[in-house]
Amino acid sequence: MKKINIKIISAIIILITLNVSCSDDFVDVKSNSENSEEFFNSEADYQNALVGAYDLLQATYLNVLMGEIASDNTLAGGESATDVVGIQEVDDMIHTPMNAQLRDIWGWMFSGVNRANYILEFKDKTNFTGKEVVLAEASFLRAYYYFELVKWFGDVPLVVDQRILFGDQFTVDRTPKADVYAQIELDLIYAASNLPVTPSQEGRVTKGAAQALLGKAYLYQEKFDAAAAVLDQLIADANYDLVSDYNSIFEDAGENNIESVFEVQYSEAEGAGFDCLQCSEGNVAVGFSGVRNYTATPDSSGDIFSSGFSFNVPVQEVVDAFEAGDLRKEVAILDIEAWASQTGITYGTGFEHTGYFNRKYLPRKRSTSAQGDRNLTNPNNYRAIRFADVLLMAAEAHNRSTTAPNDAKAQLYINRVRQRAFGDQLHNISSTGSALTELIYQERRVELVGEGHRFFDLVRTGKAAQEIDGFVANKHEVFPIPTIEIELTGNRWLQNPGY
Amino acid sequence: MLRKFTLLLFAFFILSASAQQINVKGVVKDATTGDRLPGVSIAVKGSTTGTDTDFDGMYNLNNVAKGTTLVFSYLGYKSSAIVVDQETINVSLEVSSETLDEVIVIGYGTQRKKEVTGAVSVVSSESIEQLKPTRIEQALQGQVAGVSISSTSGSPGAASNIRIRGISTNGDSRPLILLDGNVIEDLSVVNASDVETINVLKDATAGIYGVRGANGVILITTKSGRKNTEFKTTLNMYYGFQETTRKIPLLNATEYALLANEAYAANGEVVPFPNTNGLGQGTNWQNKVFETAPISSIDFTVNKGTEKSTYSFGMSVLDQDGIVGGDKANFNRTNARFNFNTDISKNLKFTSSTIYTNTNKKSLVENTLGSILFNALNMPATTPVYDANGNFSTPPSIGTGIEVANPLAQIDNAHNRAWVHKISGSYGLNFQFLDYFTAETRIQFNSASASSKSFSPVYSYGNSNVFNVDNSTLSQYEEHFNDYTFDAFLKYERVFNDVHAVKAMVGTSVFKTQGNLIRNQSNFAEGNDLTDVVESDLNEDFLQIFRNKNNGKNLTFDSRLLSYFARLQYSYDSKYLISAVIRRDGSSKFGPANKFGYFPTASLGWVASEEEFLKDSEVLSFLKIRGSYGVLGNDRIANFGFISLLSGEGDYVFDNEIVRGNAAFGNVSNPQIKWEKQIPLDIGADLELFNKVNITLDYFNKKTEDLLVQPTASGLLGVSAPGSGSPIINAGTVENKGFEFSIGYKDQVSNDFSFSANYNFTTLENNVLFVDSGTGILEGGSFGVGQDAPSRMEAGFPIGYFYGYQTDGIFQTQSEVDGHALQTNAAPGDLRFVDTNNDGVVDVDDKTYIGDPIADITMGLNLSLNYKAFDLNAYAFASIGNEIVRNYERTLPLTNRATYFLDRWTGPGTSTTTPRVTTGATGNNLFSDFYVEDGSFVRLQNVQLGYTLEGSRLERSQLDKVRFYVSASNLFTLTKYRGYDPTTSNGNPIGGGIDQGFYPNPRTFLFGMNVNF
Repeated sequence: MKKINIKIISAIIILITLNVSCSDDFVDVKSNSENSEEFFNSEADYQNALVGAYDLLQATYLNVLMGEIASDNTLAGGESATDVVGIQEVDDMIHTPMNAQLRDIWGWMFSGVNRANYILEFKDKTNFTGKEVVLAEASFLRAYYYFELVKWFGDVPLVVDQRILFGDQFTVDRTPKADVYAQIELDLIYAASNLPVTPSQEGRVTKGAAQALLGKAYLYQEKFDAAAAVLDQLIADANYDLVSDYNSIFEDAGENNIESVFEVQYSEAEGAGFDCLQCSEGNVAVGFSGVRNYTATPDSSGDIFSSGFSFNVPVQEVVDAFEAGDLRKEVAILDIEAWASQTGITYGTGFEHTGYFNRKYLPRKRSTSAQGDRNLTNPNNYRAIRFADVLLMAAEAHNRSTTAPNDAKAQLYINRVRQRAFGDQLHNISSTGSALTELIYQERRVELVGEGHRFFDLVRTGKAAQEIDGFVANKHEVFPIPTIEIELTGNRWLQNPGY
Repeated sequence: MLRKFTLLLFAFFILSASAQQINVKGVVKDATTGDRLPGVSIAVKGSTTGTDTDFDGMYNLNNVAKGTTLVFSYLGYKSSAIVVDQETINVSLEVSSETLDEVIVIGYGTQRKKEVTGAVSVVSSESIEQLKPTRIEQALQGQVAGVSISSTSGSPGAASNIRIRGISTNGDSRPLILLDGNVIEDLSVVNASDVETINVLKDATAGIYGVRGANGVILITTKSGRKNTEFKTTLNMYYGFQETTRKIPLLNATEYALLANEAYAANGEVVPFPNTNGLGQGTNWQNKVFETAPISSIDFTVNKGTEKSTYSFGMSVLDQDGIVGGDKANFNRTNARFNFNTDISKNLKFTSSTIYTNTNKKSLVENTLGSILFNALNMPATTPVYDANGNFSTPPSIGTGIEVANPLAQIDNAHNRAWVHKISGSYGLNFQFLDYFTAETRIQFNSASASSKSFSPVYSYGNSNVFNVDNSTLSQYEEHFNDYTFDAFLKYERVFNDVHAVKAMVGTSVFKTQGNLIRNQSNFAEGNDLTDVVESDLNEDFLQIFRNKNNGKNLTFDSRLLSYFARLQYSYDSKYLISAVIRRDGSSKFGPANKFGYFPTASLGWVASEEEFLKDSEVLSFLKIRGSYGVLGNDRIANFGFISLLSGEGDYVFDNEIVRGNAAFGNVSNPQIKWEKQIPLDIGADLELFNKVNITLDYFNKKTEDLLVQPTASGLLGVSAPGSGSPIINAGTVENKGFEFSIGYKDQVSNDFSFSANYNFTTLENNVLFVDSGTGILEGGSFGVGQDAPSRMEAGFPIGYFYGYQTDGIFQTQSEVDGHALQTNAAPGDLRFVDTNNDGVVDVDDKTYIGDPIADITMGLNLSLNYKAFDLNAYAFASIGNEIVRNYERTLPLTNRATYFLDRWTGPGTSTTTPRVTTGATGNNLFSDFYVEDGSFVRLQNVQLGYTLEGSRLERSQLDKVRFYVSASNLFTLTKYRGYDPTTSNGNPIGGGIDQGFYPNPRTFLFGMNVNF
């Protein structure tokens, strides 16, 4: 009896052992998240990946902030001389290839390129109606990120319709800037012909956005006739117009208005932290530009702004650049002393305090549902390409054309901008030739001050060395490739000249 | 002819011996007292048959061949081997003063310490009893050579870092911890009184655990009862209080104001305190923050054994408040355990152990910039605790940055609670068959649910303060973890010809762990006070919102291991020992190319004292020389590093709403990743002198190759996109070598007086041999605000060494500044940085090695005296040669400072160590050796005095034994370190040893009693 028992028990033990010692596929576990190699099986997959490609637009807050600080419009500011050293260095034109913020721009823009390329790599996998719009949006985004990269760094590795996978970084080379521009043009031409005039959702790119960016890319290459043609078309289509009140543009109610050709969308509905600024759904540049310790009595007349980190402070020179009677000055520049005595607000002074702040992108009074860190989650959309910018670019293209200059058209465009700025026809410009060119440049400066364009305008027009303290010609036109990025790709690339 | 005859005679003896089976019986007694010993195990040598003595110390063993040997063994007594020659064999066992007969757990089996060929250390329940650790791993601190324990914080319930023989990886250096064979990660759930022994496998012996063995293995065995014993109850309780060991001397209000004035004046600014009269002492924030906090514990254990079964049941409750925050940092643990073992039949045994734990922990912000202690050190002494309206004050609106806040307001607003329910079980069947075989299967599981809730009310700590809460926020988390391990193995144990002992084992093990996380966060309109919500349980409706919204996506994990292993042990005459292990592991952490690996290890031993030439030595009673070598693995990395998942963040705003794409890249993948490979070498010796002194010596050299590192990667890969990150690659080698020595002495000097002492030390040299991260460097840690990472891993240096400027004094005059290499912002009174590359400019290229957080030598000393009814234990440990970074100073114009600034530079010749103060631009705040301090220390960790009543003095009560004691732990520390506690570290291999205002381990005074009945 007992023997049988033991046999049964030993049989059970052996059975259990055999049962559990299962085959090797026991350790093949399926992931919860989608495997990137097995994606794009439905329209929803494409749409979801596209949202990811848009995401990095929000990280361009740093390009905008530093593009302004690098110029003669503003100083770095901040708390002290060591507050965000990378920004301070760029302000003083003493930046080196060790600059952390330049590495951020490099990494974030390539992240955007990679996410757009991912969609385009799998563009043929699944078919559905309206796929060309998805591909056109992805193409626009790739062009936008590459345009930022060539503006900042010159020659950059160009990878088209494929992701850069681990290992590939050791083989890609820097592509000449002209070739990168050629791809940007291709992408934008494709986008312009496939994107709708009216977006399906507010915030999505449109045909007009693609045309405007294409015109801008031509202008940066001094292809004036091509720029004039595409911008003329955009203006003639009349889907965009100037709003009458310049001041309304930068308020919350002015977001995505008829003047906004392309606008980067932000929200304050989600929290953010310093450890991942690129993850913020809010506009980090706004909090950085805010008045330090801005405090207003609730519901007083000064209770329309909130506080920030006092970066990006306008200098006296740009304040003085406005002509008398220019209605834009009060919108663009906040004179904090005058404002304090008018409203009774209090504020703190930071490093390089000038008394002026970039009012267009100051943090507004926050809603009670705003998430923390509130300095990093301001909801102000960035008006990336305004119709006023389009008009001024078109004016410049016509004026600077070497084959068919058309100053009359240039005057028409610039005066549309000036008529709004002054509220009258009295300030119209009738100059021609190079005098007009200078006036267009001046108009760009005051119309677009605080919007992140100035440094690149100065560089492309060859005026940077004369306008920016510390700017060394043939060096500072582009920023250095971060040394670590050169090392991490196998030490094969030459640094930009002068660094 | 003669030879034939001899042979025949020999054959006859064998035949007759094997033929003559007799029934043996007898009684086993204590040789000294004559007490009968129940539960003594009697084994027939060379086979697996045997029995135990009953309540009266009696035993019966049927069908034993004459001439075979019976081995009588009993814990705490010397074993006795007797050849069967008659039917009645009475045995007297002598109390053992030596540890060689201890049974050591070596993974899927046990071995007598005498025969162990690896470096295995043991901590017995006796030493655990003496130490009274609130956490079980504290019983290893300074007790075991080669094991280093540091706490991540002194707050109640905080975890410890356990490192065995150095830091062998840049990644997760935690050893594998098995509680009754069951994997556990969090030791806070274990009640120290439940633990019978802790065994630490430090060398290639851990190879039996293959891909998980590289950081060493800690095997914890809980108490089970003993057969044939009556009900025995042990009741332990203590009550005590805790206080801080140290307050950092800070400037008082007057000193502070004068210093601030000096700093402002130095920069040509208006002084902030034009009138310092009447400022007096001001607020001593540390006195306001630290408090005396109670701690109490009660536990009982009941044991019983019948002829076939043993029972052990225990329960415990620990309750501890924090020395910062009091009951807002309370830790409470309730624990219940039941062990039941029984012989189902003569050959089939069942073992079980079930543990339930409930922990409840409240917490405050600690060990970071802006933590409560950080703020207590940086708040101006001139700021009162309360403002004129009776509300908590705020720091001055300028000059203190945006992280410094009123620490008492922080405590008041902290409502954080985390609670864990965990049940763990280990159940096994052991079946003996065909004389020499044993089959064993075990199933082990852990099932835990961890919940947490925190509530932040609307609060402003000051203008723009980063901790300001604009909307009341309630966060809830709920996590579920389940894992199981199934082991099955077959053993064959046989002794041939009395001298060839062979043990073979083959087995398989399957491990699977799963978890999922549910998280929800909600904001409430300003002013809502939901404090009481925090005290209640999780709100189901609230969690449901999240479940519906995210479907738990990305928040579950499933990780598995499939293993086969074999071990062969052979010993010749207990003199020559050899052991070899091979294990094949399959891990779900690795891709198809590298899913499976083989881990071979081997060890050798020679018991020289068994040789003729030493056998009769009076001095050397035991000597064993041993060595081990092999390959082990470490797979502690995140799942799915080998494929590119869409687990990143890809969100954007359309139509003014955040749209979640859920299709952005997570970490960049590397299909080629494989486990870290560790190759440990150990050469050691175990000695016993005069039967009283035990010595163990070990030299070890562990090399870890193919380190799994996650270095910064090329931006082209999109690694800095939201939710993405660098790939994990195998790219580094680190070496740890050192020497371990431990010596123990135990003597019964007279009937009234016994004495024991144990001392151990470990030397450790850690050296990174190779880092292929693209830059040759891995960085970590943080110093100050916005400064470069202070810690590095780089070939030629210890892992996690501090990288910064080297100073050589202070500029005394302007001409010294002018004569020195160009140093930005330098002025007389500033730190003078060494131009290490002699290029005439002090810049980032001059940064160099300025210390490391790894101790060169650690040691521990244990003394124990018994005189009549009194017992006294004292225990100290020390660490020499490690550095700590002082990073609890915010160093802004109006933050407070430590008193060493009273000796600052104020003019030529005034100081060569502490720089001037100024609000102007200065390099003095850059990370330099000015901030690196010697972290060496000696700590008297525990002193305990006990008085025991037993025997005749308790005759009238039902009690067997009562002991009263007083105990003081962390009594004093000798150190030059200026911070709170040199024994705390966040434990990061790269970035450890940086003090942000560590919550110190408290000094604790306990009054307790142990009752046995």
